Amino acid sequence: MIKIDVDMDKCQHYGQCVFEAPEVFQLNADDKLEYQAEAPDEMLADLEAAADVCPMQAILITKA
Amino acid sequence: MADSAAEMSGVDAAATDAPLLIVGASMAGLRTAEGARRAGYTGPITFLGAEAHAPYNRPPLSKELLQTEGQGHADVAFPIRSALEEGVTWVLGRSAVSLDTARKVVVDDVGDEHPYSALVIATGLRPKPLPIDDHGLGGIHVLRTLDDAVALREVLRPGANVVILGSGFVGCEIAATAAKNGATVSVVTQSRVPLLRAVGPLLGAELRRRHEEHGVRFFTGESLFGLVGDPSVERVILTSGVMLECDVLVVAVGSDPNTEWLGSSGLDVSDGVLVDGGLRAVGVDGVVRPDVFAVGDVARYPNPLFDDVARRVEHWNLPTETGKRAGQLIAAHYAGDDCETLASAGFAPLPSFWSDQYDAHLLAFGMTYLADRSELVAGSPDDECVVEFYRGDSLVGVCGIGMRSAVQAYRTRFAAPAAAV
Repeated sequence: MIKIDVDMDKCQHYGQCVFEAPEVFQLNADDKLEYQAEAPDEMLADLEAAADVCPMQAILITKA
Repeated sequence: MADSAAEMSGVDAAATDAPLLIVGASMAGLRTAEGARRAGYTGPITFLGAEAHAPYNRPPLSKELLQTEGQGHADVAFPIRSALEEGVTWVLGRSAVSLDTARKVVVDDVGDEHPYSALVIATGLRPKPLPIDDHGLGGIHVLRTLDDAVALREVLRPGANVVILGSGFVGCEIAATAAKNGATVSVVTQSRVPLLRAVGPLLGAELRRRHEEHGVRFFTGESLFGLVGDPSVERVILTSGVMLECDVLVVAVGSDPNTEWLGSSGLDVSDGVLVDGGLRAVGVDGVVRPDVFAVGDVARYPNPLFDDVARRVEHWNLPTETGKRAGQLIAAHYAGDDCETLASAGFAPLPSFWSDQYDAHLLAFGMTYLADRSELVAGSPDDECVVEFYRGDSLVGVCGIGMRSAVQAYRTRFAAPAAAV
């Protein structure tokens, strides 16, 4: 499994991650980020891409 | 068979032990290395970096890091992923001074030679200098590197008279940070409104209003005429004759590409490094160099989403996009695969930028500064809004304050190329 941590003090809800990995990251009706804390290994490339595009560099991806 | 494959792909058989050399230990360089590994390149990689630091994220340098005592490299460093834990050599604190593409060697500033089997140029930009003679005065700052930011943070004290020359992203973000820190901030700009090229007159005027609400003064249509002080700047004189108290002068009037070291390389470096749709460098003879790539701010390339004009684009998401793309080509080059077909598919990244100034969080897609007009389509600038940017009848950009979902929804509207590719 892959563990997903978002530093919500850093996150400014730009939503760039949503485009790279919509299965894990979403903007809710108030334009605030919501995400799943775990994802299967085969999503690693998408999740790293989501971490790469975060303007605040608030997303940490680790293999659990 | 291995030998003929190496010759076919342009890799010098005598130099196959030489690494993939990435000049510039930057975000673009890092993403290129990761991209090459992801696409199957398993050979050695060497980073040659002018700064003493491993790759780090620059946007916080004008914001969080600039206002938070004690923050340093650890707060902005990119994590090094497992794919780069082995087979990677870091040579930091050394600048490249020349490139010999015939010998496949880069020479650094202490005279050491760095051979390569393929080369990535990721040397980025440096701030343009003060446009007038500084007479060697102290108190004059620029902001590009971590060291620049730490030096500037030391002097952005409450009550300090800070004059910022330039009203682009760097100038505006420093102004917001300095004002929040309690400094007395003046922005001197030749432009009518801040960020005019990037966000247009409507949003530019709104950003000015928000800055002024926080006490920032603007001197528009102005430049510097002279400096007063010894040994450090004390006052600046503007071209209109206005004189401003000044303890700290920040020069934020744009950037120049770091390409002087490529002067005798035979590459087209007329404005950054010209590359093709595979991020492969193009010579002054118009011929593509299959083993030399350029990525990030220093690369100049056409983007078929908009037109066929090669441009350097300095937005934050493009070092990552160019790095990923170059990584694919690099891996294909080493594998002896068909790079021509891969490169001819073109490179069409969607530029994106954001900016945080006070409680205004801007997010944009596209090439807003190609526009000849802009139009407010939702919301109100003094709260949240969306502005569209057009060149003729073509949508070339969108920028919002807040309204994230609405702005994100535009991403797919740039997908249709303006012209047949």
